[in-house]
Amino acid sequence: MSDEERREPGKEDQAGAEKDAAAPPDAAASAETENVSIEATVEKIEMVADEATPEETTAEEPEGIRAAYEHPLAIRITHWVNAISLFVMITSGLRIFRAFPSFGPKIPEKVLLDIPKSLTLGGWLGGALQWHFTFMWLFAASGTFYVAYQLISGHYRTLLFTPRDILGVWPMVRHYFFFGPKPPATGQYNSLQKLAYTSTIGLGALSLLTGIVLYKPVQFSWLAFLFGGFHLTRIWHFAAMCGFLAFIPGHLIMVAVHGWQNFYSMLVGWKRDPEYQE
Amino acid sequence: MVTRLDDKGLKRQSRRQLLKLAPVAALGVFAAPGLNDRLVMAGVHFSDWAAGVLFRKQHLAQTFPDSEVVPFAKFPYNYYDVVDPGVDLENWTLTVEGDVQRPGEYTLAQIQALPKIRQNTRHVCVEGWDVIGSFGGVRISDFLKLIGANTSARFLEVTCVDDYYEVLDMESVLHPQSLLCYEMYDRPLDRGHGAPLRLQMPTKLGYKQAKYLDTFRVANVLTPGKTGYWEDQGYSWFGGL
Repeated sequence: MSDEERREPGKEDQAGAEKDAAAPPDAAASAETENVSIEATVEKIEMVADEATPEETTAEEPEGIRAAYEHPLAIRITHWVNAISLFVMITSGLRIFRAFPSFGPKIPEKVLLDIPKSLTLGGWLGGALQWHFTFMWLFAASGTFYVAYQLISGHYRTLLFTPRDILGVWPMVRHYFFFGPKPPATGQYNSLQKLAYTSTIGLGALSLLTGIVLYKPVQFSWLAFLFGGFHLTRIWHFAAMCGFLAFIPGHLIMVAVHGWQNFYSMLVGWKRDPEYQE
Repeated sequence: MVTRLDDKGLKRQSRRQLLKLAPVAALGVFAAPGLNDRLVMAGVHFSDWAAGVLFRKQHLAQTFPDSEVVPFAKFPYNYYDVVDPGVDLENWTLTVEGDVQRPGEYTLAQIQALPKIRQNTRHVCVEGWDVIGSFGGVRISDFLKLIGANTSARFLEVTCVDDYYEVLDMESVLHPQSLLCYEMYDRPLDRGHGAPLRLQMPTKLGYKQAKYLDTFRVANVLTPGKTGYWEDQGYSWFGGL
């Protein structure tokens, strides 16, 4: 099929941004809901002339590979910058925490958690602070750009958890943890994924805002006040990290379970033969 | 949005998209030994620059009623060498040098003659703990007037009886809550807390608030290797809150 240049007008389409992307023939053929332009009509006639029915078109095209451009470049870059930053922030943060591993008073000091040195980055408090004070900028910049991009591009609709997703969470949990049947894939992300990804954006915002308070509690006294003061903010900051530590293993396990093509799509954007239909 | 591509086309697309991700690999320099320590120090310097820009000269740190101050026994003694470096309190004077009109030796009585400030503020340690303490002293800015300091100079260097040393930015030094502190909890400063005189600045982390003060120098140049005891080992120089 010579549909290299064909576009579906008005339809939201990440692949549409790609010059070389070919539009799916069956979708184009059933574009009755769109304003049928002369161009589209001509194309339709051509198709009818070429092939008998759209169904047969699909069947007669064994070389065509189903693919979806899931992750735009901006998302992929910010994903990996965030992944690296988060790794540095957590490991150096744990080293900083070792200097005073408590949320109580200094006198008497009760060690809440003795974090092994081997899990930390920086070597000593000063070294860990250097890593933390460097990567906090990367983390903040990448996170802010990511959220801005999601909002402006409208891409956030694929992953924002909304009230409509509430009912979809339990079937996914039942599937993953209790051997329940697999719910049909309806879009790029299922409801549980949307919940997880939306939560991490919340955690990122929490760690960034509480981090600002811990870094400059006097200059940002109003923000410190919102979090209940300097002392409590330190707990919030730690809690945000715990949230990430809950998310990351689950995320990595899911990536491992879903195989190379799924992982590869976060590198190249394209997902080969996605589970969902459109 | 599912589309159809031939295998070659998809592979070509994927290769092209993978290359576009190359800039992220540049972060790999942070894994290079010998290079990464310089990079993270650059990050700290950038942070210090930003901290200086963010600093609001007239914005006061929160003060607390006496009921929220921790008991004196729960205010930690923090020191780098010995808790009591054996200051000769009888014959102690503060040596004033540098860009000032009236350099020389200043006695505690001369300093205490300036208007007294008493404030309950939060003391924050770089380690993460914080205590609300009660402090009394005189504004550093008042003392700078007494010695005729050039307050458009950029730095205040202090050295301590125990060889500790610090350099502070003039804007923070001139902050109305920055004190030359000679009292805690309405009693003369005890030896462990820096008798007879220490810096007390609620806009700075604890390590900037040098104790057992010995010399006081107004300067325009920050000498590398002489930026502060902990700073020379890698702490943030600004150390502001």
